[in-house]
Formats: sequence, structure tokens, C-alpha cells
Amino acid sequence: MLEQHLAALPIILPLIAAPVALILGRSVLSWGFATLVSGLAFIFSWQLLTAALSEGVLSYAVGGWAPPWGIELRVDVANAFVLLAVTAISTLVLVYSKDSIEKEVKAANHSLYYTAHLLCLAGLSGILITGDAFNLFVFLEVSSLATYTLVSLAADRRCLTAAFRYLVMGTIGATFILIGVGMLYMKTGTLNMLDLAGRIDLYDSSRTINTGLAFIMVGVSIKLALFPLHMWLPPAYTHAPSAVTAFLASTATKVAVYVMIRFIFTVFGIEHVFVDMGMGLILMVLAVVAIFKCSYMATVQSNVKTVLAYSSVAQIGYMILGLSLVSVAGLMASMIHIFNHALMKGALFMAVGAVFYRVGSVDIKAFAGLGRKMPLTMAAFTIAGLSIIGVPLTVGFVSKWYLVTAALEQDNWIVAALVLLGSLFAIVYIGRVLEAAYFQKLPESQGSKSIKEVSWLMLVPMWVLVIANIYFGIDTTLTTDAANSASEWLFQADAMSESKVPEGQVSENHVLEERAQEVSS
Amino acid sequence: MNLWQALEPAQLIALSIGVPFVGALLVITTGKFPNLREAVTLITAVILFSIVLAITDYTFNGIALQADVVEIFPGLGISFNVEPLGVLFAIVASFLWIVTSIYAIGYMRGHHEDNQTRFFCCFALAISSVMGICFSGNLLTLFIFYEVLTLSTYPLVTHAGNDAAKQGGRVYLGILLSTSIAFLLFAVLGTYALTGTLDFRAGGIFDDSHNKVVLSVLLVLFCYGVGKAAIMPFHRWLPAAMVAPTPVSALLHAVAVVKAGVFSILKIVIYIFGIEGLKDLATTDVMLYIGAATILLSSCIAMTKDNLKARLAYSTVSQLSYIVVGALLASSIASAGAALHIATHAVGKITLFFCAGAIMVASHKKNISDMVGLGRKMPVTFAAFAIGAISIIGLPPMAGTWSKWYLAIGALEADKLIIVAVLMVSSLLNIAYLLPIPIKAFFSKPAEGAQPWSWSETKEAPLPILIALTITSVGCLALFFYMQPLVDLINLIPGVSTDMTASTDMSASTNRGEG
Amino acid sequence: MNFILDYYNYWVVVFLMMAGFYIVISANNLVKKIVGLNVFQTSVFMLYISMGKVTGGTAPIVAEGVTQYSNPLPHVLILTAIVVGVATTAVGLALIVRIKRAYGTVEENEFENKDDAI
Repeated sequence: MLEQHLAALPIILPLIAAPVALILGRSVLSWGFATLVSGLAFIFSWQLLTAALSEGVLSYAVGGWAPPWGIELRVDVANAFVLLAVTAISTLVLVYSKDSIEKEVKAANHSLYYTAHLLCLAGLSGILITGDAFNLFVFLEVSSLATYTLVSLAADRRCLTAAFRYLVMGTIGATFILIGVGMLYMKTGTLNMLDLAGRIDLYDSSRTINTGLAFIMVGVSIKLALFPLHMWLPPAYTHAPSAVTAFLASTATKVAVYVMIRFIFTVFGIEHVFVDMGMGLILMVLAVVAIFKCSYMATVQSNVKTVLAYSSVAQIGYMILGLSLVSVAGLMASMIHIFNHALMKGALFMAVGAVFYRVGSVDIKAFAGLGRKMPLTMAAFTIAGLSIIGVPLTVGFVSKWYLVTAALEQDNWIVAALVLLGSLFAIVYIGRVLEAAYFQKLPESQGSKSIKEVSWLMLVPMWVLVIANIYFGIDTTLTTDAANSASEWLFQADAMSESKVPEGQVSENHVLEERAQEVSS
Repeated sequence: MNLWQALEPAQLIALSIGVPFVGALLVITTGKFPNLREAVTLITAVILFSIVLAITDYTFNGIALQADVVEIFPGLGISFNVEPLGVLFAIVASFLWIVTSIYAIGYMRGHHEDNQTRFFCCFALAISSVMGICFSGNLLTLFIFYEVLTLSTYPLVTHAGNDAAKQGGRVYLGILLSTSIAFLLFAVLGTYALTGTLDFRAGGIFDDSHNKVVLSVLLVLFCYGVGKAAIMPFHRWLPAAMVAPTPVSALLHAVAVVKAGVFSILKIVIYIFGIEGLKDLATTDVMLYIGAATILLSSCIAMTKDNLKARLAYSTVSQLSYIVVGALLASSIASAGAALHIATHAVGKITLFFCAGAIMVASHKKNISDMVGLGRKMPVTFAAFAIGAISIIGLPPMAGTWSKWYLAIGALEADKLIIVAVLMVSSLLNIAYLLPIPIKAFFSKPAEGAQPWSWSETKEAPLPILIALTITSVGCLALFFYMQPLVDLINLIPGVSTDMTASTDMSASTNRGEG
Repeated sequence: MNFILDYYNYWVVVFLMMAGFYIVISANNLVKKIVGLNVFQTSVFMLYISMGKVTGGTAPIVAEGVTQYSNPLPHVLILTAIVVGVATTAVGLALIVRIKRAYGTVEENEFENKDDAI
């Protein structure tokens, strides 16, 4: 029974559990319940990943309606990998939430918080697993609506305007995706992604399809905060409760990146997107600008959460850069960075949340002298910060290594150099915080005496992520294997869905050559 | 001789890195008991030295030690491979660690420094990563330990915790991390993309099929990427690092860290490009002359500095470029001279820094102009200073003579007369900025009323300090007379030879197709 | 001329979409922004609904003598999308209520001056 419905469980479970968490009412009860549910979702997604690695694709027809007419849930290596990261982070954040939320959210809203968190998790899992383009839009909105609520739960009134701005931008983005999906449906008469992929090929140069592509790309770009469309992200991350920021920063935008990967590689096909439409160059330029502009913005902020928020936008640039390289190695670098960045940013935002819990501020001045007062928290911040910089033996180094290798593989030395130069900014913005923490004296006031280390409930999830930062920086087998087979699978699936490539184009473009190799192997 | 026969050869490498690391942990745990903590440091240092000696023994017997630790990327991971150049550096670093530990105990207590546990812990960590650099079997390993070294020495540089230390630490970390990420990592990845391997191999891993222009760019990236080699204009971190306590300046910023830089360049030149391969690259000469300019310019800057440690720092910048120049001359003798200079300069410069620290502890004087006449109160210190200075200048009977001799011969052999001239002028400049210090300390009297230190209160530095600086100054002398073991070791490096007549044969035999 | 007349449903959609989008961007009042957002979303609903119409088709109910039906699927989809739109509006309005309580105003330029919002 359970085996049979495994693919649906990571969505159904949190979705059903969400109202229960609300009914439970009491803060501790709903906390325990939500953590338990999220933990179960994690176990299921682990089983899904192992199943996907051994069996390839798991298809599940919702309500017994066979695809392409009914809604299909499709689990493959690519989405199982991201799903594992999302559910793991969600569980850790929930453990962390108990203390953090008590400090930052009004008592009456605690169970609301856990409800919204579970809804958000259900939405994110749904986006990842579904194989239906319209269903994807619905889940996107489920998670987004929960996210707006989560952001607005903070005690500071500025979170309200941030949430509102996020809502307007997010809704526009989602509606764009809806328009795009509508255009595709208009031309092809199907909503199943695989079915779409096969049919889009028939109308390759159709104006409707291209317009649909443009709408979907812009819509997804808003959701994932690609450079010029990122303006909603810094205020939302800054003013949301810390636990929410930790969750969103390490999952929501990553899932949106996954959506972009899915649409490019599975639905439209690399040939259409990159060769015919020339999206590769556009994405590459935007990604590089994002890396430099937002890394620079991060160095001049005074609020540490804003610093990290801008850093997130810059890091999304790295992910988009990886996929814009249009190679297995580049896509693999993106997938690895999706996972690794979740580990780094999760740990960083948790550490910042711990500082807020004790000091009551996340301004860079508030970090003064914390190196002595909160040694474990600041040590966690230091290690995760080094990971962002990309110091060896951390996951950041692994990401950077694969990204630069992927660029060099195509003899793109300029991009490789830009990636490395861009990461120098991280030295500055992480260094500023560390300098305050370790070299500035704690300001003398009666409040400063009471500052001490946070409870283990906050420390344990933080340090789980920190240790994961180091572990996956040294033993990269799991991440590399999963990301590699995911990206190879995406390329292969694409090649299968449109295997009829005109002979003349093969020699012109090495992208196609590469794909041809994939097929032959 | 071999105390560690019971162990597998490969385990020795792990031990050489593990012992100082465990030492660092023990230092933390014994932090509450200063005597025990210092005993741990000393014992660790002695054990490490004996391990390195055992490794040396294997190397002389021609047994190659090799160990793969963990695979980070498919087919590429942390691996170690002992070769003679690394052994030479390891001997120097581990021996001087013992001496510096003795010295540091005297200094830190005499100077009443805070956070001594953190100090000794980071010190041991730094040595651990130096050992990793010494025995690294590929560029990735070298890069990883290079970064660990940067990070583990950062708390040492900022030890004082005041604004000056913070500023110095910012420059230190900023330059070293930026250059290593922007240039070195780029060069490493570029090499990997070109050749598909990062292993150090005799004769280099590039061959004729690789684009010479790309290789030329890579050479520049490597030279500047190894910021620890302090080639101008990326030398600013070294004077900035002088805010650290003197034992740090002595061991790390005269021996371990800076030598790790030039050692990396030497190793990259010998085992990645190959000495022969270097001759074809357009940028070899460019970097060579930048190195030569660094030698002269930093000597000139050194003369203008009144702060003793700053003067020594610029002297170090200058001497480091000797090694860079030696590596880039692309001649087997010059490379031998460069390798030898790692050892001889280390002994000489550490003596000078020990003296600077001794003066600081005994009389609290930092500026050279305040040291006039001090020699009569601190004869041992200033005698040692004179010996160290003569060794740096390269006059017999001190160790520095040999390395300068080989470097000059190498320059002649490579037909680079300008480099010979630079070496000679630099020696003169060394005389001009180093020798007046002991001379004035012994033979001049401070001007009337300007005596900045009290005659009656000033005495020699604490005993551990004196022991340490006596050992190193004796070392300067001893290395002049007993140079042979080191030379033998250097001759084991493929493609490098101190033998003038053999050099042409050697270069012919190490054709670059081998790798 | 035919180009305009044949595609009149799209022109309506495009006009509504741009009008709604313009209101979202230009309106200072948050409630008006939500109204704009609704107009914007409604235009997409119209796009879907009108695309389901098949010329000459009837309602998709099986009946005697009818062979051509309109496509019901877009209509079903849009039911879901309307629910999503209503939910978004609800969340947006709830936020506006809380903004009004916290700042005493729903005019964007007024509350932006009240704290150094980033």
C-alpha cells in the first residue's frame, strides 16, 4: 500500500497534516507534529531517491487516470535529488524553529506558522514531483501563498510590506507561467510534460510556442529571483522570521531553479531553447551580472540578513550560469550547487537567527564580540561562511570546482575567470561579519551580560548542516553521483524525446554532438 | 637512524601531518596547565622531526613513499607523494619548529602575551599544513593545504587583537585568499582542463601538444597565484603580517609560510612545467625580470625602514625572489641554488627574527635608531644578529654563501648576466641595510640625553630565547661546512643538479616525454 | 482588418492584461494594486476560456445529433486558477489589513517613509 503510493506521499502527507497542525493549536504540539511529518517526508524522499537511482523513473497516475490525460507524478533522479534536499532542510528548520519562533512570532500565531510551513513543504514537493505543467502552476501557488504568510508572521511591521511586495511579484510571475502553459496547451493540446516535449518538437519554430517559452522563462525567473527580477527577495528574506528565511533561502528558490531546468531540458528541449532561441547567452550574461552586482550589493549592506539575501541572489547566478553552459558537466554543476548552497545558506541563516534570538538584532554591529559569547554559533557561521567563499574541504569548493571545470571544458576561460573573481566578494562580506564577531568588543550594557549560547535545539540542526558542509566537501560521492546521473538523465531524456536531429546541424554544434554521444552510450 | 621502522612507509606521511594536528588538539586540552602545554608542543616538535628524518632516510635509499587519502573528485583527491624537494623543506621546517618552540616559550612568557593556548594550537596547525604542502602528490592537495595554512595563520597574525593587528590581518587574508582563489585555483583548474591530471611528475605534465601561449599565461597565474611567494606587486601582506608576535614572524613569515610559497613555485616549475619546458615560454623571462626587480626594489624599501621587523620583512620579500628567480632561470644549477636557498635563507632569517624578538622582550625596542649601543648590554643577541646578517648577505663562512654561489652560476650558465648583476647589487644592498645594525649596536654610543633605554635595567633576553638564537646562528656556520647532505638531497630531484658538467647531460636525460 | 476581428478575444485579453499590469505597477494604493492584479489574472482566465471554444461546437454534453463539442479542459483548469486567484486576493487583502493597522495607511509612498524599508 505504502510502496504503491510512495511517489504521492511527500505531497499528500504534509498537505493533510497542515490543517491538523492548526487544529492542535498548542505551540509545542504542532511543533512536534510538524517535525514528525516533515521527518517522514524526508524518509519517503530518501526511498524515492534510492528507487529512482535503481529503477530509473517512477510514474504515478493520480486518481488512477492514466497519463497524458490524468495528472502524472513522475519521480526521476533529478527531482528525487532536489526533493531529498528540500525535505531534509525542512526537517532541520522545523527542529530549529521551536525556540526561534517563540522569540520572533507572536504566541497566537505559532500553530499558524507550522501549518504554513507544512503547506509550503507540500507545495514544494508537488512542484518537484508533478509531471503536469498546469499542476506545477497550482503547486507553485500553494507554496507561494504559504510563503507570503510565513514572511508576514514576523513581529517587525516591515515584514508586512516585504510580504506584500513578494505577493505582487510572485503572483505576476505565477500568472506569466500560467500564460505560458496556456500558450503551450493552445498549440499542443496537452499538459503532460513528456507529452508536451514530444509535441513541441512538431511545432518547433511556432510563434505561439516561442511566446509561451518567453512567458514561462520570465515567470520562473521572477520566482527564482534571477538578476533584474530579484527585487522582492532581499526585503522578504531580511524581514521574515529567521527560521522562515533559513527555509526559503535553502529551498524555495532552488525549487524554482529546478522548474527552470525542467522546462528547458524536459519540455522545450535544449536544441529549441539554446540553439533556436539563443537563451544560453541571455541567461549567461544575466547570471554573470547577478554574480557581480549582487555580490557587490552584499558587501555594502549593514543588516547581515540582507547581506546573505543578496549573496543568495548572486549564488542563484552561479546555478543559472551552470545550466547556461549547456553541457552535462554544466548542468551537473548547477545541480550540485542547488544542493550545496542549501547546506551553506541554511547554516548561515540559522546562525544569524541564533544571534537574533540572543541579541535581538542582526545588524552587523550586533555581532560585535559574539565570537566569545556564542562560540558554537559563530564557529558555525565561520565554517558555513568559508564554504560560501569556496575554501577547500567545504561544499563551496566542490561547487566552484565543477562549475569552473564545466566552463573550461568548453574552453570558456572568461566565464571561468569571472566565476572565480566573483567569489572574491564573498571574502569581503563574510569577512566583515567575522571581523565584528571576533575582533570587536562587546558593547557594555546590562543586556550584553545575558548573551550566551543558544539551546541545543537550535544548535543541533545548525551543526548538522555545518558538518554536512564539510562532509560533502570531502566525500562528494553521493552528491556527484546523484547530480551526474540526474543531469545525464535530463540530457538523455531530452535526446530521446526528440531524437530526430537534422544531420546538417550535428556538425555545427557541439551541444548536439554531446547529446548524440549520450544516446549512443 | 630509523626510529619508525615498525611503521609502513605510507603511514609515515600520514603521521607527519597527523602528529602536529594531534599536537594542536592536545595543546587545547592542556591549555589550563601552561607547563604541560609547552611540554606537549616541544615533544610534538621532536617527534615530528624524527618522523621527517625517517622519511629522509627512505628518500636517500630510493624508496618512494606514496599515499592516497581520500578521493574528492572522480579520479582526483588528496594524495601524497614524497620527493626530495619536499623532504628538504620538511626537514628545514620541522627542525626550526623545535627551535622556535623553545624560543616561543621564552618570548610569550617574557612578553606576557594573552591567548597563548590559541597561539600554540594554531602554530601546530600551521606546521601540520606545511607538512601537507611538502609531501603533496598533486596540485589539488597542494592547493588545499595552502589554503589551510593561510587560514590557520590568520589568528596568529591578528594575535594582538588591536586595530593594527586587525588591519594587518585584513591585508594578509585579503591578498593571500584573493590571489589563491582568483589566480592559483584558476591555474590549477586550467591545468586540469588541459591535461586531465594534476599529479606532480618528473619532467612536468605539459608536452609539446599544449598551446604555448596558454602555458605562458598559466605560468604567470601560478606565480602570482602563489601569493605567499610575495612577488611584487602582491608582497604587501608580508610586511602587514609583521604585527604578529615575533615567533610567528620568525617561523612562519621567514620560514614556513613564505617558503611554502616559493616551494610551491619551485615544485610547480620542476614537476608541472618541467625545467626544460619553461625555456619555451614567453612569460618566463617576464616573470624572471619581475622577480629581479622585486629583489632590488624591496631591498631599497628595506633601507628606508626604521622598524627592525619591517626591515627584515622587506629583506625577506627580496630574498624570496632569489628563489623565484632561481626557479625561473630554467637551469638545473639555478634550481639547485633555489632549493638550497630555501634552507640557508631560513636559518639566517630566523636568526635575525629571533634577535629582533629578543631585543623586543629585553628592551622593548622596535626601532633600529633606538638600538645604538645596545650591543654591549646584549652581546649574545647582537653577535647572533651579525652572524645571521652575514649569512643573508652571502659571505663565507656562512650558509648563505652556497645558495648564492649556485644561483649566480646558474644565471651565468643561462646567459643572464643581468641576473648576475642583480644578485651582486642585492648583496651590496644587504650589507648596507643589515650590517650597520650590529655594528652600531657594538661600537657606537647613543647620543647624549637621547638614550631611549635605561642602562641599568636592560639585560639579555630570557634563557630559552638565547638558546634558540644560539642554535640557529651555529646552524648558519655549520651549514657552510656540512652542506653535503643537503646537496645530495637536492641532487636527487629529477632534472636538478649542482654539478656543472653534468647539467647538460641531465637536461638531456630528462626529456619531457617521460611524464 | 480581419486580423483584428478574427482575433478579437486576444485583443481583449491583451488589453485587460496590460491594463491590469499597469495598475499593479503604477497604483500607489495597495487595494488598487490588488484590483490590478485581479484584472491581470482575469485576462489570463479569459485567454484560457476563449481558447477552449471550438467553432461550431456546443457545450461538451453528450447529446443526440451533436458531433462537435467545445474543449472543456481549459474551463476546468481555469476553475482551479480562479480558486488560486481568490486565495491570492484573500492573502493580499489580509496583508493590507495588517499593514493598515501597523502603519495607519495603505498608500505605498506614505508607509515607505515611516521606516527605512529596504
